[in-house]
Amino acid sequence: MAELTKSGVAGVLARQGILIAFVIFMVGFAIANQRFIAVDNVFGVIRSSAILGVMALGVTFVVIGGNLDLSVGSMMSFSTIVVLDLHDKLGPALAIPAMFALTLLLGAFIGFLVGYLKLNSLIVTLGMLSAIHGLTLTWSGGKNMDIADKSGTWFGFFGQGSVMGIPMPILMFAGLAAVLGIVLARTPFGRKVYAVGGNGTAATFSGVPRARVVFTTYLLSAFCVATAGLMQASRSMGSQNTVGQGMELEVLAAVILGGASLLGGSGTIFKTVIGVLILGFIQNGLLLVGLEFYVQYVVTWTIIILAVWLDIAAKRGRLWSPIA
Amino acid sequence: MTDQTPALRLEGIVKTFPGVRALDDVSFAVMPGEVHALMGENGAGKSTLMKVLGGIHQPDEGRIFIDEEATVMTSPIQAKARGVVFIHQELSLADELSVAENIFLGELPRKTLGRVDWAALYARTDDILGKLNVGFNARTRVGELSIANQQMVEIARALTVDPRAVIFDEPTASLTDAEKVVLFDVIADLKARGVGIVYISHRMEEIFKITDRISVLRDGQYRGTLNTSETDEDEVTQLMIGRSLDLSRNHAHAELGEVAIEVRGLSCGKVYRDISFSVRRGEVVGFYGLVGAGRTEIAETIFGLRDPDAGAIYLDGKEVRIASPIDAIRHGISLVPEDRKGQGLVLGMNCRDNMTLPQVDDMTSSVFVSERAELSIFDHYKDKLDIRTPGWRQTVGNLSGGNQQKIVIGKWLSMNPKLLIVDEPTRGIDVGSKAEIHNLIRDLATQGYAVIVISSEMPEVLHLADRVVAMHQGRIVREFTAEEVTEDSLIQAISGIGGNGAAQADVTAQDAGCSRPH
Repeated sequence: MAELTKSGVAGVLARQGILIAFVIFMVGFAIANQRFIAVDNVFGVIRSSAILGVMALGVTFVVIGGNLDLSVGSMMSFSTIVVLDLHDKLGPALAIPAMFALTLLLGAFIGFLVGYLKLNSLIVTLGMLSAIHGLTLTWSGGKNMDIADKSGTWFGFFGQGSVMGIPMPILMFAGLAAVLGIVLARTPFGRKVYAVGGNGTAATFSGVPRARVVFTTYLLSAFCVATAGLMQASRSMGSQNTVGQGMELEVLAAVILGGASLLGGSGTIFKTVIGVLILGFIQNGLLLVGLEFYVQYVVTWTIIILAVWLDIAAKRGRLWSPIA
Repeated sequence: MTDQTPALRLEGIVKTFPGVRALDDVSFAVMPGEVHALMGENGAGKSTLMKVLGGIHQPDEGRIFIDEEATVMTSPIQAKARGVVFIHQELSLADELSVAENIFLGELPRKTLGRVDWAALYARTDDILGKLNVGFNARTRVGELSIANQQMVEIARALTVDPRAVIFDEPTASLTDAEKVVLFDVIADLKARGVGIVYISHRMEEIFKITDRISVLRDGQYRGTLNTSETDEDEVTQLMIGRSLDLSRNHAHAELGEVAIEVRGLSCGKVYRDISFSVRRGEVVGFYGLVGAGRTEIAETIFGLRDPDAGAIYLDGKEVRIASPIDAIRHGISLVPEDRKGQGLVLGMNCRDNMTLPQVDDMTSSVFVSERAELSIFDHYKDKLDIRTPGWRQTVGNLSGGNQQKIVIGKWLSMNPKLLIVDEPTRGIDVGSKAEIHNLIRDLATQGYAVIVISSEMPEVLHLADRVVAMHQGRIVREFTAEEVTEDSLIQAISGIGGNGAAQADVTAQDAGCSRPH
């Protein structure tokens, strides 16, 4: 196996591998189908990726902090159902803050278990995935939730409206990405997230309040989930109990595809956004090429695994390594 | 041994990495039955040379000979098959498996249908263990063994083949003195059987005790080979760093100021009992004792990482309660911890961010971290401590041990502490950096810092401390001034010989009675 050097072309590949893969991938699909890079298609993809993207922003903090969050899918279902139900009972102006408060409470609970009680985040959030799903079904009585008067409310603005021609979901995704990107890269809190995920013990020895930092990453994640739930509810004005089911894995895939390490301590918001877009464009590209729906799952995940492998290979400097 | 052919010979090895000539025409040979030390500062190329020998790196030029037969190494497994075996400083054993399974991992003897032949496995293992004269058997679970015995398992693993050369990489880093004796016996035994031994270590005492010849690398270049019996530490040091060091004892007392910290009657379960001492400004107090005597645990308590059951800590005469490192930092206490990589640094983070981590909250203009404020701190300590790094963006994990330690020291100095505690400040660090760190600690005292130095190396304690506190099994047995302390008296004190009979209490550090909650 030839050793790759860290300088020159390979060095650039190692640092920007995913971004370059993204460009190559876009060019390839564009050649295969002109429609792929049409402005309305590109906007369409970003728009339909926005909900997943908003969730991925929060999970990025959790993952950099050295933990996992598998509860975001079912938590998003919860937010969606709750805000739809409360909309008709309290009106949108009260329903939205109430839903945010309840979702943040769930995030705080998870953050308490993982941060302060130091329980394993995989177990806690896997458990919460089911528990929150149960909570959602209890709330709704298992029925679909619909807004009664769909035309008489401004609630649809977050999912269907637009400002200066740009759809709201895209604006919210971009705005939140910008704010959280700056929080992660430029504030003391962001720095502490990297330190806690990179080496929790060393962070403690440096006076970083590890438990509080982890707790806060889960609060942030819950805030993003609530925002995603709002976007989802606002777009469809009605929902099943399972609307977010399975999204936790897609979110995680986007974060990892962006290049965050599952072990914590590395990743950026920008990379996560790239990961989200890659995922969205793969699915869209395959659709345009005319691949059968079921086969798309197989191809999508094959591409994801391939991309992660190449990314790791570029970092290691070789395609295969006897040690991890 | 002179008229034999070398067991292992490297000829003209060149290995370059982008921007670095890591090995520049390095040659050296190990004769059968010889213990050959390989020395050099961190970054001199020892690790790279060993990686070339183990087939992890392919050399750009040069050849490797085993028994004068040219060999191409492609992997550590293949190197072992050729009779070149590595005993690493960091052990790679499976704790949950038995000694026998660890030794024959990957090559367990089989019966039909792929079933493990346990009888043969245990018999062959006990056979090998017999040669090593160890106090455990083939069925012992590795996780139950001490570090020293785990190292014996690694050595036993080496003996499953008939080795021509065994490379020991810092084998004594985590061994007690008694355990070292056992290790040296094993090395002597291998030597008697005609095995060539490469011994990598920074510890001069050991080098002069057990090696026959010493080869020195500096900046990737071979600097020569000396016969151990015909040289001394000064000559070796000079070859390694290109200048000589002044390692004389330093008794230039600083002007002593007020008492910075006083500890009264501090106890922590069975870990330590009834600890009382004080440190003045401008004073270096050394804590000396065996591993497990409770020194690190006292430092952890003062730094808020461990709650004491009894006793009090006074800073500037006022009693303080320190419940977390955050409290300790607020009170002006800094701790350079014992485990540089585990506790001192976030290895994946860059140099600057590591250094400013404890005060990142104060590095802000409005709500954002100010790069300028951070860089001014980093640049200041980079110059002051002579930290060698390509730039602040460099990932700390890529620096040499000495430079890593300087980042940790810079991190804590930049907090302007009233009290600086340094725990094993030069562990695993080459002689050049070691002397620099020693000078730095003395300078700090002169500037009026109160300093506590915890060390397991007697020369270090003798060299640095104005006063030495000797500990044995969780108790302070004696305090010496720099004038009255001698090596003998210190050894007696810390081994519990003579001195204070109270030390014989049921205090053992193993069964911790008070927890480390953080």
